[in-house]
Amino acid sequence: MSLADSTNLSATPPKRRRRLNNRVLRRLMRNKAAVASMVVIFLLVVVAVFGDLLAPHDPNKVTLSLRLMGPSGDHLLGTDELGRDVLSRLIVATRVDLLASAQAVGIALSVGVPLGIVAGYLGGFTDAVLSRVIDALMTLPPLILAVVVVAILGPGLRNAMFAIAILIVPSFYRIVRASTQGARNELYIESARASGCGTWRILWRHILPAVAPPLLVQASFSASVVIVAEASLSFLGLGARVPQATWGLMLNDASSNLTTSAYLIYPPTVMVAITILAFSLLGDGLRDALGRQTTDGK
Amino acid sequence: MTTTNPTLSVRGLTKVYGRRATLLRRHPHQLKAVDGVDLDIAPGKTLGLVGESGAGKSTVGRLVLRLIEPDAGTINLLDTDISTMSRGDLRRMRSHATMIFQDPYTSLDPRMLIKDSVAEPLIVHTDDNRATRHKKALEMVRRVGLDTAHMERFPYEMSGGQLQRVAIARALITDPSFIVCDEPVAALDVSTQAQVINLLNDLQAERGISYLFISHDLRLVRLIADEVAVMRAGKLLETGSAERVFAAPETDYTRELLAAIPGRSPRHRRFNGETAASVELDEAEREEAVVV
Repeated sequence: MSLADSTNLSATPPKRRRRLNNRVLRRLMRNKAAVASMVVIFLLVVVAVFGDLLAPHDPNKVTLSLRLMGPSGDHLLGTDELGRDVLSRLIVATRVDLLASAQAVGIALSVGVPLGIVAGYLGGFTDAVLSRVIDALMTLPPLILAVVVVAILGPGLRNAMFAIAILIVPSFYRIVRASTQGARNELYIESARASGCGTWRILWRHILPAVAPPLLVQASFSASVVIVAEASLSFLGLGARVPQATWGLMLNDASSNLTTSAYLIYPPTVMVAITILAFSLLGDGLRDALGRQTTDGK
Repeated sequence: MTTTNPTLSVRGLTKVYGRRATLLRRHPHQLKAVDGVDLDIAPGKTLGLVGESGAGKSTVGRLVLRLIEPDAGTINLLDTDISTMSRGDLRRMRSHATMIFQDPYTSLDPRMLIKDSVAEPLIVHTDDNRATRHKKALEMVRRVGLDTAHMERFPYEMSGGQLQRVAIARALITDPSFIVCDEPVAALDVSTQAQVINLLNDLQAERGISYLFISHDLRLVRLIADEVAVMRAGKLLETGSAERVFAAPETDYTRELLAAIPGRSPRHRRFNGETAASVELDEAEREEAVVV
């Protein structure tokens, strides 16, 4: 450590605190697709939050005299079979879809992560039992499981998201378990034990930060999977119910008028496509940016 | 004989790796990594544990702190039998006895700032608030020869020698009486080795800590150890004061180890009773003078 070094550093101590995050952020910012995705996701969130204010019409107002109209000055994206404004419904549906997606990913995270960490850290019998249960979960056919869950809990978006959460738990469990197994044998974990850290502290403060990067990537990918799944389930009538507006439900409505007004299929499809693309590309970007951050300088 | 009780007193320490015989496996293939080891370390003294790779040195280091569970033997640490201690008591014990590891690049959490790594034992063992912890960490970091700027760094931004200083600061922050140093300088280059060894020596003089100093490098052991124990294949071959072991080794194996110290001419490698031994010592002293 040279004198020049230390004087240099003491001049800028506040900035150093976030240096690790900055490094990741800088790499992320260099990835154009990831930046575009973040902009799109930010816009989606804004639309979701202020949807009620942004919608030009009441999304649920039925005006039968204005059925199946093409785009016009008053109805920018036209109207559906009940004369409801498509743009307004699309806007309001954004909140429903994002919340549903967050709900499913949230549930899957809160189940998959603790189980994965415990299985990976303890190993042995606990790991064997948990892993077999998760394996069993993976053998379930997704659509059948969704139908069963909805049949038991009743139809509705919440229950459909619950079914999807169950389906994506294994992906989180496996990623966390594998990363934990890798981190468990690191010397700094033994060092933490030698300093008297308890298991809880080791898992929470030393292991979890180590497994967070791949987890973040997986969560981003899962968000896009959930959006598609929501659309599918709602399309099949297993998810959201009328008059609630979701992209999947709008597709469902549009499909029944496919022969007369094929145009109606496009707005929700484009929204779904944009959203899953944004989450997937962000996942890609995160994976690249988080890559080998901690091995630098080794 | 000293009147004070030893800091660490170990009897019959044994660790067996491998699989026991079961119904399907008639013949167990077991390896006694540590086989009936007895050790004593007096307060403020250093026991150098030497031997070749695979002799079981590191295993002993982990066993005496019960980072690994021994299969047999008693461990008396600071007048307490820790061989039967509960997990909770064991955790509290770790503020009095802890460990410094070989590779400082991996023994510190790469995602934690240096100040957090150093202060972490305080969170576990004390009720200090954040400000007090930070203050103590800074004092400790300064004591090991680093400064404020290093507190805000991540491990990958520092050199091996600096990181080992951090590891020492982390170990010392709870003011322990006993530290296992497992090859603490083996991953460092020679000039840095001497600095870290000197730091360990100074801290011992200052605080009266006992060390179990594990090393394969006899030159280092000579610099720091009061007593030396020689291990081979899990067994203790000989124990004695450092001067005695270096001057008049009792076993052939110890003689071989001494002869294998690099930097000596072939002439000196042949061991011929006392004359050769005294030559050895002279040379080592000269070396010591250079390094220190």
